Amino acid sequence: MSASKHWTVSSIRTALEAKTVSARELTADFLSRIEKRNPELNAFLTLSYERAYAQADRIDGIRARGEELPPLAGVPVAVKDVISTRGIRTTCASRILENYVPPYDATAVERLENAGAVILGKTNCDEFAMGSSNENSAFGPVRNPVALDRVPGGSSGGSAAAVAAQLAVGALGTDTGGSIRQPGSLCGVPAMMPTYGRVSRYGLVAFGSSLDRIGPFATTVSDIAAFMAVLSGRDENDSTSASVPVPNFFTDMQNPVDGLRIGIPAEYFREGMDAEVRQKVEDGIEVLKKLGCRTVNLSMPHTDYAIATYYIVANAEASSNLARFDGVRFGLRVDGKNNLRDMYKKTRGQGFGAEVKRRIMLGTYALSSGYYDAYYLRAQKVRSLITRDFTEAFEKVDAIVTPTSPSPAFRIGERVDDPLAMYLSDIYTVTGDLAGVPAISIPCGATSRGLPIGLQIFGPPFSEGRVLQLAEAFERESGNRN
Amino acid sequence: MKISREDVLRVAELAHLELSEAEIEKFRVQLDGILSYIDKLKQLDVSGVEPMAQVLEPNAGAERTLRDDIVRNCDIGGEILEQAPQAKAPYFRVPKVIER
Repeated sequence: MSASKHWTVSSIRTALEAKTVSARELTADFLSRIEKRNPELNAFLTLSYERAYAQADRIDGIRARGEELPPLAGVPVAVKDVISTRGIRTTCASRILENYVPPYDATAVERLENAGAVILGKTNCDEFAMGSSNENSAFGPVRNPVALDRVPGGSSGGSAAAVAAQLAVGALGTDTGGSIRQPGSLCGVPAMMPTYGRVSRYGLVAFGSSLDRIGPFATTVSDIAAFMAVLSGRDENDSTSASVPVPNFFTDMQNPVDGLRIGIPAEYFREGMDAEVRQKVEDGIEVLKKLGCRTVNLSMPHTDYAIATYYIVANAEASSNLARFDGVRFGLRVDGKNNLRDMYKKTRGQGFGAEVKRRIMLGTYALSSGYYDAYYLRAQKVRSLITRDFTEAFEKVDAIVTPTSPSPAFRIGERVDDPLAMYLSDIYTVTGDLAGVPAISIPCGATSRGLPIGLQIFGPPFSEGRVLQLAEAFERESGNRN
Repeated sequence: MKISREDVLRVAELAHLELSEAEIEKFRVQLDGILSYIDKLKQLDVSGVEPMAQVLEPNAGAERTLRDDIVRNCDIGGEILEQAPQAKAPYFRVPKVIER
C-alpha cells in the first residue's frame, strides 16, 4: 500500500467491497503514517491502538460474513481531545485533565463508531478549545503540515492538520468562535460547523454551551456530507439537540445551484483583510456566478460588534462551565494549607494555562455584581441584533459567502503576546456561532507562498444540505479538490 | 484604566484562581485592553432589544426538549470514583471544610 495514498469514504468502501484492502490493513497504515509524521506535527496527543484494531476487526468480520457494511465502514478518523472517549484519555490539552479517562463516550463518537468508523486517536487543540492558533495547548503547538513554521489555526488545529496531512480521512472538531472553520481554512481542508442543535453536544467538555458545536473535517465536501449524515439528529442526552428531521444530504447535494441567490455582505470585505485572501475569495465568488448563482450585495450592520459580544458571552459561559475543574472529582489536585478553598485555588491556578485563566477572569468579571448589566446583559442584546442581521439577510438570499479568515496561516509565536490581535482572527467566523447558523469553509486557492485560503458559506438554520450543495458545486468547478 | 489591581484580586478570588505576582500585573494590563475594546458595545442602542441566551429551534418547548423523568441506572459510579484525585467509596475526599 502506498504511504501517500489518498483515501476517501467512498474509495475505502469500494476497496473493502473489492477486498483489495482490509479494515485492519487500513488502520495499520494510518497508525504508521501518524507514527512517522506526528513527532514533527504534534497533531495527536493520544493514539487508541486497541480500540482502533478492535473496531477494524469488527468491520472485517462483517465483511467476511457477507453482511452489508455500515456507511463509514473502516474509515479512519481522529477526535479532538475535548470530546469524551470511554477508556481513552481526554485531556482538553490541559494539565488539569492530563490523566483523565472518561467513563463514557460522547454521542458523536458513539455514532461514528456505530457507523463503522475507526477511531485512531485524540487530536491536539488549544486548551479547552480556547484559542485560534493551537499555541495554547499545554502539550505544545501543532505545526501546519503545509508550512511547518506556521500555525494550523485553532482551536481544532490538530484535527485540521491530521486531515490535511492525510493522517486521518476525517476528524471531529468543535466550533465556539470559529474553531472548526478557521483551522480548516489555514490547513486547506473543508470543515463544517453545523447548525446549533444539529449534532449532539453530549460528552463534549463544555466551553460556551450556547455556542459550542461539534462538526467534521474531511478532504472532500462529499466526505463532509458522509460524516454529517451520521452525526446529525436528536439525542435525548442533549436537551438542546434539535428534533428537526435530518434530510438526505447527498440528495440535496445533487440539486443544481443555478439560480441560487448568494449574499455578499459589505462588512466582511472591508480593510484589515490580506490582499491575496481578498483576491481568491473574489475569484471564488466569480466561480459561483459562473455556475449560475446570482449575487446580492448586503449589509449586516452589527458584524463589527461580534468579537466584543463573543468574548463576553463565551467567556461568561466558560467561567461557569470551568468551575467544575476544582480538584475534587477528576483531574489534577494541588493541596494547599489543608483547607478546601486553598486547594481549589492552587489546583486551578496551577492546572490552567494563561489563556484559560484570562478568559475565566474576563467571564467572571462580566458576570460579577455591578457589571452584569453593563457587560453580560448588553452582550446578550447585541447577540440578538447580530442574529437579526442573519435572519433579515436570509429573507433576501439563499446563502452568504465571505472569507473564512482575514489572513492565511501566521507564524508560530507571531501573535502570542497580543490576545486581542489573536481574537480578531475570528472576525468572520464568530458571527455564525452567535447566530446559531451553519457554515462551511472550503479551500479556494493559495497565496503566492502556497498558504491555503478558505471561502466560507453560511446558510439559514438547518440548511446544511444547501450549504453542502454550493460547496460541492464550487469544489467541482474550481478544481480545488484535495 | 478600567481595571485596577484590586479588581484583578477580587475577580481571581471569585473564580478560585491563585495568581502569581507576574500574572496579576499581566492580566490587569491585558484585561484592561480587552475591556476597552469591548466598550464598543456601548455605542449601540439596545433599548427594546430582547437578550438572547440560547439558540432555539423553531417551536422548541419543554415537551419537545425534555425527556421523561425515568431513572436509568448507568452503573459507572466505580469508574467515576477512579478518576477522583482522592476517594473513599462511595465518597469523594476533600480537605477539611469545617473546623472543629
